[in-house]
Amino acid sequence: MESIQQTESKIIELKPFTDEMIVNMGPQHPSTHGVLRLELRLDGEVVREAIPHIGYLHRCFEKHSENLSYPQIIPFTDRMDYVAAMNQNWGFCLAVEKLLEADEKKDFEVPERAEYLRVLICELNRIASHLLSFGTYGMDIGAFTPFLYAFRDRERLLLLFEKICGARLTYNYIRIGGVSEIIPMEPGSVDEQNYLDEVKEFLDYFEPKIDEYNDLLTANSIFSERTMGVAVMSEEMAISYGATGPNLRGSGVDWDLRRDEPYSIYDRFDFDVPVAKDIPELGALVGDCWSRYKIRMDEMKESVKIVRQILAEGLPDGPVMAEMKAVRPPKGEIYFRSEAPRGELGFYIVSDGTPKPVRVKGRSPCFSALSALQELSRGLMVADIIAIIGSIDIVMGEVDR
Amino acid sequence: MPDFFSEGFFPNINLQDSSNWATDFVQREIIPRFPDFPVELGSVLVMLACAGIFVAVVPLLPLVLVLAERKVAARFQNRTGPMRVGPWGTLQTLADGIKLIFKEDYIPPQGDKLLFLLAPYIIFACSFAVFAAIPFGQNILVSDFNIGIFYIMAISSVIVMGVIMAGWSSNSKWSLLGSLRSAAQIVSYEIPLGLSILTIVMLVGNLSMREIVGSQDGGIFTWLIFRSPFTFIAFFIFFISAIAEVNRTPFDLPEAESEIVAGFHTEYSGMRFALFFIAEYANMFAVSAIGVTLFLGGYEGILPGYDFLGGLPGFVIKSLGLVFVMMWLRWTLPRLRVDQLMNLCWKYFIPISFFNILGTGVWGLIFKNDDVWSIGISCAIIYVGLIGAYAVAGRNMARKPEPQPSSV
Repeated sequence: MESIQQTESKIIELKPFTDEMIVNMGPQHPSTHGVLRLELRLDGEVVREAIPHIGYLHRCFEKHSENLSYPQIIPFTDRMDYVAAMNQNWGFCLAVEKLLEADEKKDFEVPERAEYLRVLICELNRIASHLLSFGTYGMDIGAFTPFLYAFRDRERLLLLFEKICGARLTYNYIRIGGVSEIIPMEPGSVDEQNYLDEVKEFLDYFEPKIDEYNDLLTANSIFSERTMGVAVMSEEMAISYGATGPNLRGSGVDWDLRRDEPYSIYDRFDFDVPVAKDIPELGALVGDCWSRYKIRMDEMKESVKIVRQILAEGLPDGPVMAEMKAVRPPKGEIYFRSEAPRGELGFYIVSDGTPKPVRVKGRSPCFSALSALQELSRGLMVADIIAIIGSIDIVMGEVDR
Repeated sequence: MPDFFSEGFFPNINLQDSSNWATDFVQREIIPRFPDFPVELGSVLVMLACAGIFVAVVPLLPLVLVLAERKVAARFQNRTGPMRVGPWGTLQTLADGIKLIFKEDYIPPQGDKLLFLLAPYIIFACSFAVFAAIPFGQNILVSDFNIGIFYIMAISSVIVMGVIMAGWSSNSKWSLLGSLRSAAQIVSYEIPLGLSILTIVMLVGNLSMREIVGSQDGGIFTWLIFRSPFTFIAFFIFFISAIAEVNRTPFDLPEAESEIVAGFHTEYSGMRFALFFIAEYANMFAVSAIGVTLFLGGYEGILPGYDFLGGLPGFVIKSLGLVFVMMWLRWTLPRLRVDQLMNLCWKYFIPISFFNILGTGVWGLIFKNDDVWSIGISCAIIYVGLIGAYAVAGRNMARKPEPQPSSV
């Protein structure tokens, strides 16, 4: 009897943990960036495990696509990553154009002017997306004001998008074989000049703002305390989870599709690929939340650089849409990936030669990055979970599709 | 400057004294006219009347402060803030209040109903009871306790009870987390707060708020913040701890919106929520007013004998200045994490506070009287210290590399 009591007391002593509390974070929660639901096992404030549950925004994009012709699918891609819809349009159109290249009767080439417009708009869209990420990350960490600064600047960008395609969020601007010409902009016309002037005005206004935001938030000591050295994603881990884009570069991997597998006309532009480095003076480690966040701030500068180069060259003359018959790719399949603001956006399309695809699969960068959350968050605190979600910058529309 | 080691240093605690000013008032103003009037009853009535004025006036403060906060935040964020209700949106808070009155008063069915109903009143009552001991002016105060500051500390620590009750009785996990955070935070930060107040009490030798203000009547350089280098440090510890006490950014963990939704008042709605909200702003003003009383001369002005920044308007202006700093911090800074919050308190503030107390004792031994010399030396040390701190901070800033790990 005594021995049993002794062993029991020993077991109790060996288990110093208190009761675990299971908390549902989401799907309605201010900072799960949409409808992510996390099942948290908490020991006080310490997270023993965070299990992400997804699917609250699943809208059957892939199944829908099987019943639609190729051009009809483009508006659906808008709804994937609705923060950077231009890039989603582009990713899909690039995949279909690649599929069409296999056609012997291929009779079109994406016009030069359309390529320039695509790069121009998509880089502006990348800035808009990173701005949103910056603003919401500040809010996640507890600073409210950067959020409104980010939205103030994003508003100007949205007005620019509205002027070129009539929409502010879901654009349906980039089409197979070119870009939409719903608002005509003749080459060399006053309209075009005005538009480019407005873009330039925005860049002149925005470029110094990045430094201001870096002073306000990035260099803030509370902010860096909260994010530096938190949730370090090593190079191997990032690669094994399939993290891409800023998350991968934040882990120190020098990889950017725009430079390493240049598509469209990216090889004509000169830009740097920001990669995270250890900054011992500050305490930042490669792969921590701060590095991932910082990559986005730096990428905005690079996007500004690319757009400036386009403005310096000016848009070439010519049509914005290729003369083409109905989109009817030959039998075959294609996987094409492009660099969206949140990472590698891939589209896998199987065609049987009809105007409708047999199968469309979107490879979502957020989905891959989100899968690392469970491992990253173990043993951290509740507040750190929020910091991680913000730093991997997910958009639930793209995760669930 | 008191003699620390004499018997009279420790104030004798006698609540009877507190009614003296009311008794005086009755004897001076009422007895000549109505000789038969009982003095005791009269003094109680006078005190009740004063309290009534406070109860009527002080709740209006949050109305103003809520609007001020929204306008200040709007200015910081390139907005205009509320503009629709009344001229420049000045009646917005009133409209919000009316809206809250008409909202459903929801009580979570699984929660502890009694505690749930009680919690907001405890917080509300405590945050207003604090005002009883704050001297707004020479004669504008409800009660001049001889243990005024002690009373304030005691009453304001009861608030944490209300917070825990609210969190527990809501039967919500977010509320529970928030209330536990709040309990840990308020209890911890009360220590540096109390210790920094202690430095003042040591210098003045009195716990009465009026006496503390009275010792600062010689113009700006006799304000207690400048009286010794240690009180200067104590002021900043006091102010930061006070921000933590009233749960404001960067210490707003108990109600961290982005982490635990709204913390301990997640489940409250309607007027009960409004009570929390009003109490928060009343608290904010209260700690600012205490800070002004203790460190910034209270109702005494900048120049001796002149009323500039003195009297009731001066007091309110100085307090609102501190409130503005709190708002400024809130709309600029991110939020700390729980462990960082505790580190800051236990590893930095409390040791520094103890050092302060030691230093104040030594200072009191060296300078027996507050004269030009002691204040001059104190100001010189503060000046040199500030320059040094600026230089160190500047060097640290310079050492920070231009924040861009870009391009390989």
